[in-house]
Amino acid sequence: MSIATGENAPTGVKVKRATRSSWAGLVVLVPILVFLAMAPYVLDRGLQQQLVTLFALIVMATMWNLLAGYGGMVSVGQQAYIGIGAYGLIYLAETLGINPFISVPIAIVIAGLISIPISFLAFRLVGGYFAIGTWVIAEVVKQITMQIDALGAGSGLSLTVLNELSPGRRIAYVYWLGLIAVVLAVGVTYFIMRSRLGLGFTAIRDDATAASSLGVRVTRSRRIVFVVSAVGCALAGAVIAMNTLRITPESIYSVNLAAFMIFMVIIGGLGTIEGPIVGAIVFFALQQWLSELGTWYLVIIGVLAIVITLFLPRGIWGLISGNGKIRLFPVGYRVVSPWTARRGLGEKEPEGA
Amino acid sequence: MQWLNAVIQGILLGGLYALLAAGLSLMFGVMRIVNLAHGVLAIVAAYIGFVFVNNLGVPWYLAIIIVIPIMAVVGYALQWGLFNRALTKGGLAPLLVAFGLAVVLTQLLQEIFTADNRRIDTGTLATDSIQVTDTIYLGLLPVMTFVVAVLVIAGLQLFLNHTPLGRAMRAASDDPDTVKLMGIDNRQVYALSTALALATVGLAGLFIGMKTQFSPTYGDLVLIFAFEAVIIGGLGSLWGTLAGGMVLGIAQAVGAQINPSYGLLIGNLVFLAILAFRPQGLFPKAVTT
Repeated sequence: MSIATGENAPTGVKVKRATRSSWAGLVVLVPILVFLAMAPYVLDRGLQQQLVTLFALIVMATMWNLLAGYGGMVSVGQQAYIGIGAYGLIYLAETLGINPFISVPIAIVIAGLISIPISFLAFRLVGGYFAIGTWVIAEVVKQITMQIDALGAGSGLSLTVLNELSPGRRIAYVYWLGLIAVVLAVGVTYFIMRSRLGLGFTAIRDDATAASSLGVRVTRSRRIVFVVSAVGCALAGAVIAMNTLRITPESIYSVNLAAFMIFMVIIGGLGTIEGPIVGAIVFFALQQWLSELGTWYLVIIGVLAIVITLFLPRGIWGLISGNGKIRLFPVGYRVVSPWTARRGLGEKEPEGA
Repeated sequence: MQWLNAVIQGILLGGLYALLAAGLSLMFGVMRIVNLAHGVLAIVAAYIGFVFVNNLGVPWYLAIIIVIPIMAVVGYALQWGLFNRALTKGGLAPLLVAFGLAVVLTQLLQEIFTADNRRIDTGTLATDSIQVTDTIYLGLLPVMTFVVAVLVIAGLQLFLNHTPLGRAMRAASDDPDTVKLMGIDNRQVYALSTALALATVGLAGLFIGMKTQFSPTYGDLVLIFAFEAVIIGGLGSLWGTLAGGMVLGIAQAVGAQINPSYGLLIGNLVFLAILAFRPQGLFPKAVTT
């Protein structure tokens, strides 16, 4: 896959990536990030802890979108890696005595390594059967965890070493960890989608057979995002464990987490970088707003997701961006010929870029 | 002797898994939809049966006759209301809609019936058994479930092979566009397929409700068992699915004999082993599509 750029491009044709909206987006995003980074000095602790929950949701949604929105793989089993990240972190920090903030990168690397052999099993299945297969694998991971006494068997684990810090510091550090997790998850996704790998995915999504015949290594590309997504979900799990300080196998391996991921991405918009972020914020807001209704909130969000799938397949972000005209994260390619540039028509994008 | 007993119980359990899997296979075969709501729909049927039998005092055999057509109507309506629309959207839409439906139904059951364990009251049926040898007893209900499951699978096979509607379903599976040219509304064929699939899953759900304690989230397990039976047996063959269900049932029963908490885990590990070493399943259909 190569795109005509520079000297081998036809005379006068240029390929642009950033749009005016993405430069404008940068102007908006940077101050928001700076503000969020300063938040522990401004916001109270309860609010910070809530924001950490939101950060974990954004990471989860972004990682699920990487799998499904770009790789075409609908997983109902990403909670396996959320659990491995959370358990790994607590085990490393509590039992082995490693600094929890150093345990996080170790735990997520372990999750990534575990996901490699799992990918060989899961990739034997395609489509809907892949979805249930990943679910079975997540169940197996949960059942094995519950057989291991060192991991607290059926009752789970608590993270106590963080209590050595004062509550204010502890919450601020976890908050920054969550914020870094979001920046990493979104940044890595952006980087992948701008790379040759991302271009390959666009081709695979449109026609896997044709892409393969043009030299896109379909299985290898899918395996890479499968592992990256596992690492990202493990990071979300570690952040959740740090924020709640206690995990149980039933909660951290819950298939409801898969439901959250899927609903956030559908609501926000599948296959864009912005969509999962918007979806996570909407989901979080609905969760807070509907919290008094008990489990009804998941019914309402589920119905919303079904309606959006059927009637608004590009999600809320598709609606806001006018089906992709506005891009905060430019991952597509736009061909600007001198003729269209002169006429000021250069903003048109090739379909599906 | 207790091992032989576990194997026999496993085989009987396999019949139930195959019955569960038949509907999943049918929907996948005809319209390539993997119905992630399949398991919870079985549990919906179990709850409907529970209301009729335990609350209204209807005998269990009458409840079966009532619930099956209800589930068929539910399937017909779901296909027209949701899945036919989702199919026109293409891509991931049918799968995502099915998943959304599964979550919504599970939560609704939770809301209506709470998370408490329930069981359909069948009087002495649940405990009656046939003595085979001094140490081996066959439960009447598991034997009945097995026999009904085999009969339903045989009937389904005959129906698909020898009736006009069965032919239309197979034709819609092979080439939906040509079916339309032949003057058949494939959406109607799909709706009837889903109605049939949900009738079978309704029956299976009632047997589950009579055999064991169930709660709203039990549907997750049901979906997983049905799926594992399909993959172990090999895609595309109902008799293979029956064999797959038996293999899964035996693995679970023998696992539970080793240690009660190992049953599900060993069943899942056998499934993963098949996936790793024999991904085409134990009895794959000779011609694959």
